[in-house]
Amino acid sequence: MIRHLLSAADLDAGTATMVLDTAAEMAALADREVKKLPTLRGRTVVNLFYEDSTRTRISFEAAAKRLSADVINFSAKGSSVSKGESLKDTALTLQAMGADAVVIRHSASGAPHRLANWIDGTVVNAGDGTHEHPTQALLDAYTMRSRLGRLAGLNVAIVGDVLHSRVARSNVLLLHTLGAKVTLIAPPTLLPVGVDAWPAETSYHLDSVLPDADVVMMLRVQRERMDQAYFPSAREYSRRYGLDVARMRRLPEHAIVMHPGPMNRGMEITPEVADSPRSTIVEQVANGVSVRMAVLYLLLGGKA
Amino acid sequence: MTTYVIKGARILGGQKKDLLIRDGVVAEIGTGLSAAGAQVVDADGLVALPGLVDLHTHLREPGREDAETVETGSRSAALGGYTAVCAMANTSPVADTAGVVEQVWRLGREAGLVDVQPIGAVTVGLAGEQLAELGAMADSAARVRIFSDDGNCVADPRLMRRALEYVKAFDGVVAQHAEEPRLTSGAQMHEGEVAARLGMTGWPAVAEESIIARDVLLAEHVGARLHVCHVSTAGSVEILRWAKGRGIRVTAEVTPHHLLLTDERATSYDPVFKVNPPLRTATDVAALRAALVEGVIDIVATDHAPHAVEDKECEWAYARPGMLGLETALSIVLDVVGDELGWDGIAERMSRTPARIAGLTGHGLEPAAGAPANLTLVDPAARWTVDPAGLASRSRNTPYAAMTLPGRVVATFLHGEPTVLDGKAVK
Repeated sequence: MIRHLLSAADLDAGTATMVLDTAAEMAALADREVKKLPTLRGRTVVNLFYEDSTRTRISFEAAAKRLSADVINFSAKGSSVSKGESLKDTALTLQAMGADAVVIRHSASGAPHRLANWIDGTVVNAGDGTHEHPTQALLDAYTMRSRLGRLAGLNVAIVGDVLHSRVARSNVLLLHTLGAKVTLIAPPTLLPVGVDAWPAETSYHLDSVLPDADVVMMLRVQRERMDQAYFPSAREYSRRYGLDVARMRRLPEHAIVMHPGPMNRGMEITPEVADSPRSTIVEQVANGVSVRMAVLYLLLGGKA
Repeated sequence: MTTYVIKGARILGGQKKDLLIRDGVVAEIGTGLSAAGAQVVDADGLVALPGLVDLHTHLREPGREDAETVETGSRSAALGGYTAVCAMANTSPVADTAGVVEQVWRLGREAGLVDVQPIGAVTVGLAGEQLAELGAMADSAARVRIFSDDGNCVADPRLMRRALEYVKAFDGVVAQHAEEPRLTSGAQMHEGEVAARLGMTGWPAVAEESIIARDVLLAEHVGARLHVCHVSTAGSVEILRWAKGRGIRVTAEVTPHHLLLTDERATSYDPVFKVNPPLRTATDVAALRAALVEGVIDIVATDHAPHAVEDKECEWAYARPGMLGLETALSIVLDVVGDELGWDGIAERMSRTPARIAGLTGHGLEPAAGAPANLTLVDPAARWTVDPAGLASRSRNTPYAAMTLPGRVVATFLHGEPTVLDGKAVK
């Protein structure tokens, strides 16, 4: 097993499948009356969150606790970080406290890579800047597999602000590893220069992609991007790239609609679509806990 | 002053000769030279070059003496074979007045390890709004001739035009950091495949090229000299080639790191590879090497940029851009274009031409009878491994750690006195 999970590219097909299979076992546990496993008893998992993300932090916290780990939540707010302590000094502090794993969320791309140089324990990237969010990609793959029965050969459309999306980067890498075909759909301004080197197709036209899609993943688009001239207006964006009921009807019968959250209802997705039976948005949250349990379990070498 | 006899040095790689150095000048060149009381320097097999001249050095003093001082930077320079460095103006306070440039100039004299030639800021506080008192700096004891807002671009085209025009009065030159700021907001590294993969905001090549294109046209329009700092892209090379073909008075520099390293280095997220302009692609590196050999790019300049540990041991986005260069520059150049340039070409690109651009008349001269004894002795056969802790700079941010490089500076003479002997600084 690998030591850190910094990028979805750290996972080969075998390892990724093992994570998903383990997550399925963890999910079965959730149906039991006692949801806890003793696997990580005595191990310490630190949630080191430099960015507000209640959803991801709670998901990791629940995952670690269900494995009986001791969990320390270290938020940048109200800690010595706000007094100017460097990431390195924080890392050394956590190291001295005996952290076995550090789950880090940070606004700077690559911060988890830096952290991994400074501590002996395991580092799990819980989202770094505009780089990656590998456990999100794992939970998305898990959700696709449980809904559609497979990943190989699936047509996955990822729609929206690819340029600034760590979810998109991790999904492209993982889905490619697992044999799915990814198409990125965005206005040209929101696709990175250099996207041609990614193992994905690109398109500027959502409507032409929908009829063949098994999965449509809508990315959050921040309205502030408008101020940097990425698109003319929120209204024009949602007209061209938003998923509404009319567009949803163009999808094949079996296709699902995903969103990593938090949603901008009315911007990239309409409430009718978000709340439709095709939507897996709530399911994704539940699956997140199982997948993160699997990741912590496998990285920390727990014995069942 | 001590008299020195340098025995068996090959001037620009030619036949072995002895050099008699007395009273700050090369008194005699011949064979079997000796002089009463002279100190003999065994230079058997070493290559003698005119002392190197760096047109682009950050010495950090005043303001960031924890990262570098005029003295420590001067020692780095001497160990790298340099006898003169041009100190960039982005200090704190900014070198935008006669007082600050004179302070830097005086500190350089006191250190006595290289001639420190201050560069003056183009605009007050490097803010790009109002011309600094360029004439006062030119008339000061520091005799400033190069003006640069380096670190910042003089982005306002009208201000740039005026600066180019104004410094003609004292044969000055504006050294432009070519970066259109509206295209590099938040930029972290070269915009391309690697940045896309790493999720870092891109610094597009066009942000450099568009400013160079504008500036060469401005220089032509007002009949002024322009110097372009740290050219980093293949496209910039094409614009410079066009401008020179048209007779525009433009010179350009390339850094050792842009001749060797690519943006792939950022994959480590180690900010020791963060620099401005950023490391580019292998295509750009190849074009820069060819341009340096061809002469479209006139010189190598280090952009030696020391940074304190805390400014580099952090997240990439929070790190300051810049890398050390003085002690490794010659070795990198030998490594990447040594064969194509030859010793004469290296002297041209690293000593004669930068001395001419900077107006440093005592530097960039062949070791010849009567010439000021500013020279360096290089062991072309030596190879050495870069150890950050072994560098004389106060900072450690070299991107070449653990690399083994060719060529080693054995001795450097400044005004007839050694600043480096046996590869070690004498003071």
